[in-house]
Amino acid sequence: MELLSLSAVELGRRIREGRTTAVEAMQAVLNQIDREEQSYNCYITVDRERALKKAEEAQQKIESGALSGPLAGVPMAVKDNLCTEGMLTTCGSRILGNFIPAYSAEAVSALERAGAVIIGKTNMDEFAMGSTTETSAYGPTRNPHNPEHVPGGSSGGSAAAVAAEECFFALGSDTGGSIRQPASHCGVVGMKPTYGTVSRYGLVAYGSSLDQIGPLCKTVEDCAVILDLLASDGMEGPHVGNQGSDFPLRDSTRIRREDTRFTEALIKDVRGMRIGIPKDYIPFTESEQEASGGPDPEVRDAVRKAAQLLKENGAIVEAFDLELVDYAIPAYYTIAAAEASSNLERFDGIKYGYRAENADELHQMYKETRSRGFGAEVKRRIMLGSFVLSSGYYDAYYLKALRVKAMIKKTFDEAFRKYDCILGPVAPTTAPKLGESLCDPIKMYLGDIYTISTNLAGLPAISLPCGKDGKGLPIGLQLIGDCFQEKKLLQIAYTYEQTANLR
Amino acid sequence: MANKITDETIEYVGILAKLALSDEEKEQARRDMGRMLDYIDKLNELDTGGAEPMSHIFPVENVFREDVVTNGNESEKILANAPAQKDDMFMVPRTFN
Amino acid sequence: MAKQYETVIGLEVHVELATRTKIFCGCSTAFGGSPNSHTCPVCTGMPGTLPVLNKKVLEYAVSVGLATNCQITRYSKFDRKNYFYPDNPQNYQISQLYLPICRDGYVEIDIRQNMEGDEADPEQRSRGACPTDGGASAEGLDCGNRKRIGIHEIHMEEDAGKLIHDEWEDCTLVDYNRSGVPLIEIVSEPDMRSAEEVIAYLEKLRLIIRYLGASDCKLQEGSMRADVNLSVREAGSSLLGTRTEMKNLNSFRSIVRAIENEKNRQIDLLESGQAVVQETRRWDEAKEISYPMRSKEDAQDYRYFPDPDLAPIRISDEFLEEIRARQPELRTEKMGRYRREYDIPEYDIEIITQSRHMAELFEVTVALGSQPKKVSNWLMVETLRLLKEREMDPEDICFTPEHLAKLISLTESKAINSTVAKEVFEAMFDRDVDPEQYVEERGLKMVSDTDALRRVVEEVIAANPQSVEDYRNGKDRAIGFLVGQTMKAMKGKADPVSVNGLLRELL
Repeated sequence: MELLSLSAVELGRRIREGRTTAVEAMQAVLNQIDREEQSYNCYITVDRERALKKAEEAQQKIESGALSGPLAGVPMAVKDNLCTEGMLTTCGSRILGNFIPAYSAEAVSALERAGAVIIGKTNMDEFAMGSTTETSAYGPTRNPHNPEHVPGGSSGGSAAAVAAEECFFALGSDTGGSIRQPASHCGVVGMKPTYGTVSRYGLVAYGSSLDQIGPLCKTVEDCAVILDLLASDGMEGPHVGNQGSDFPLRDSTRIRREDTRFTEALIKDVRGMRIGIPKDYIPFTESEQEASGGPDPEVRDAVRKAAQLLKENGAIVEAFDLELVDYAIPAYYTIAAAEASSNLERFDGIKYGYRAENADELHQMYKETRSRGFGAEVKRRIMLGSFVLSSGYYDAYYLKALRVKAMIKKTFDEAFRKYDCILGPVAPTTAPKLGESLCDPIKMYLGDIYTISTNLAGLPAISLPCGKDGKGLPIGLQLIGDCFQEKKLLQIAYTYEQTANLR
Repeated sequence: MANKITDETIEYVGILAKLALSDEEKEQARRDMGRMLDYIDKLNELDTGGAEPMSHIFPVENVFREDVVTNGNESEKILANAPAQKDDMFMVPRTFN
Repeated sequence: MAKQYETVIGLEVHVELATRTKIFCGCSTAFGGSPNSHTCPVCTGMPGTLPVLNKKVLEYAVSVGLATNCQITRYSKFDRKNYFYPDNPQNYQISQLYLPICRDGYVEIDIRQNMEGDEADPEQRSRGACPTDGGASAEGLDCGNRKRIGIHEIHMEEDAGKLIHDEWEDCTLVDYNRSGVPLIEIVSEPDMRSAEEVIAYLEKLRLIIRYLGASDCKLQEGSMRADVNLSVREAGSSLLGTRTEMKNLNSFRSIVRAIENEKNRQIDLLESGQAVVQETRRWDEAKEISYPMRSKEDAQDYRYFPDPDLAPIRISDEFLEEIRARQPELRTEKMGRYRREYDIPEYDIEIITQSRHMAELFEVTVALGSQPKKVSNWLMVETLRLLKEREMDPEDICFTPEHLAKLISLTESKAINSTVAKEVFEAMFDRDVDPEQYVEERGLKMVSDTDALRRVVEEVIAANPQSVEDYRNGKDRAIGFLVGQTMKAMKGKADPVSVNGLLRELL
């Protein structure tokens, strides 16, 4: 039991020091899965045999000195929209119910090369479309803090697996808050890096211009270590121009990060750091509260308290007007749905996955495959996306949304001239009960209000626990940084984590 | 609801997206899409006149590969997930008349 | 009296680029190969895979753009064209709509005076002066017997896979080997008025692109494909009629037939008071008729939007200069240089420069020391004859300039006579044999030993007293018979001129 409560970095250290082994750690995790999985349903696939075999291999490499990194031998969970060679990858969808890729996502390979061992694939909202993990074709995941509640989503399986100690850390993807929001609901740390930091190759695309892979883990230190491995992967070798031609590139939108030594930012010091809190995110006065609606009072108070703590530690904290917040959600859903409608066209029953039987005419086969293969939420977004791109509506909807995106980016650029970081809640509420959210899509989309604009602007953001509500459900604190300023975020997050001492 | 989505629109989008909806689903889709578009219409409150549509967030340009063959024959792997295949090809309902 | 109609034609020409690898992945573009053997997760649209642009594709596209007088778009992007079809593994094609790489160019075609089936009045052809500034024309301008065909744009895109009908299972099989092979699509202005102009335009494009080495442009193999946009209008009208787009044209012959057929179909419709429907039609080569291609499942609404997976392209001055500096000498320049440098007839220049490969053969052979006129003769006579006989393309000539130079030197030194030379040439043309070795191995060298020749001639004189008699009686023709007999006895390995001289001397 004691082993399971270790952070990924702590476990890695123990393995390197010979106080435990990769196999023991994996066995402990698998035993925990046996005990807890039927309550939470964090995983779609657990490949015990493979996991133990890979753990054994990792252990040998550690003993021979071939592997010595901080995550060598550490069991990890992988969101099921990240391709894993030879291992089922469903995206939480019936349409990929039997898809076994012949390749791994670059992010997965990077961590495997560093010695992390895959336990299995975590549950998620179908194609990452959802905020509760209830749209999965493989049943909902439940929140380890209270199984009547959802874990958030779409990386709900990853967040719950970390919270339930069914893994030491997990990979997720974040298109509009899909790492940060479940991390918040499950009381773990989750980070979406700057767009382009982590290769998207092998991540089954939802909204290509918004998707980014990131860690869900127990501590800010784990987060820094994992991020370092993800961001530096493939960046060795001389640097030529904007994107070196020798750069073994599989993702054209990836950005070469100059400094990926994120652990250097694990300093307990925020003196002089300028932190801005958007008035719409955390109303300080009654009138502001009334004007914006704002988050639940318990969430609001926990976030205020966190801000206060940072202030006490020397940060300069002030409220400011972040404009255009209200326009982020409609712009986001237009862009994400448009891209998704195109990205999901490849699921047609021809090359892989589900194909409707007894459809002997081509278009009938397409339609029946897709209608039966996709769930309601995915179909809803595909329909919307196809519509906003269709002839006569492209300018009014899609281009308009891209213009709003440009304005939102500019607003953030201005804010970051004044602040090192923007602080706020992750979600307006703690985790809702199962079945409460899906009936009203717009209400569900509104739950993304604090996370979505960072995806539109490509910004890095971290979610970390900052308390619990009266029902014992975790509340998350969100720190948003300027592009490429993950180090600042990590430093502030680390300082908060070490000072608040909530773990 | 400002946006009235007609049956024809749902039918048309169904052809574009290759989705066949049941009558019940169509009704639901009409309502959902209408509500979403009403919500999206909020964007029209904003004067975006001066803003260029931004598809890429960063000015990354000129990302190229060299013209060098890196892949060998992987047809077995490529076909491994095919729902139907014959003679190393993917099998689909006929497209010829 | 029946109305006069004018045919208005624009072309969309797809050209497969001669890169080693596909446009967005490292798979080979080689022809042949077993089904799906040149594929990978990227070009089969596997989930999560992403495209990265092959730099060579951009270089070729810009090179073709420069050679066709286009403006090169300095900031260019790729867009997705969304439509469902099994040959398209992602169900969207990565193409360029909003910011294509080249725009507003033109090529000039030669038009003969009495073009068959061309209703355009001759006055129209000579209208307007030919602009000298090289600016693109909005509509094709006629310059005497030259006509300018405007190029609206050139864009880069990916090719689709191949669909094969399986009779046995009554289904379709898909091979993605061609999926992701790079294409450029050259979209002309509606500047052509007849099938002849269309062919002239295609030939011109093919010539330019082959010169650039950007593609081999073979219609039969599909590395050059043309879709024909055609409308008709009453002669004299400046409005465009409703057009149709014709696909599946695999040869110049089908293009000509399809244009005639479609022109007549549209005129018939208009004459009977019906309207032409804007649609895509498929040409059936065997039946020589076309059919509409669309079903109700094709909305023709491609929902283009910028591909978020690919970075935009910015063309710097340096890049452009680099491509410009690398541009090979094109035909017009080459012809000018040939006129200055080589003493060969204008007609030869015209023929030889029609193929960059043939021109290179010519130049290198001359550089190896052969006389230009001799080289040109071999190309103009025997080469063209064999190309025609073997139904081959000049680009596929396999013999090397070294071998041609050797052959010429063998004939020059009278080591072989012209009959033998033709035989050797044919072997060279088919198998690129080394002429010296070939002549040696088969003992085809002429007998230069005059004593030996004299002995044979004396024997022939002795054996043919009647012919000798005839010759001496003034029948000059008899000498021909004696030469023939000598050549036969020498098994062809003698120079007929020397034989003739020797005979006269001895008689």
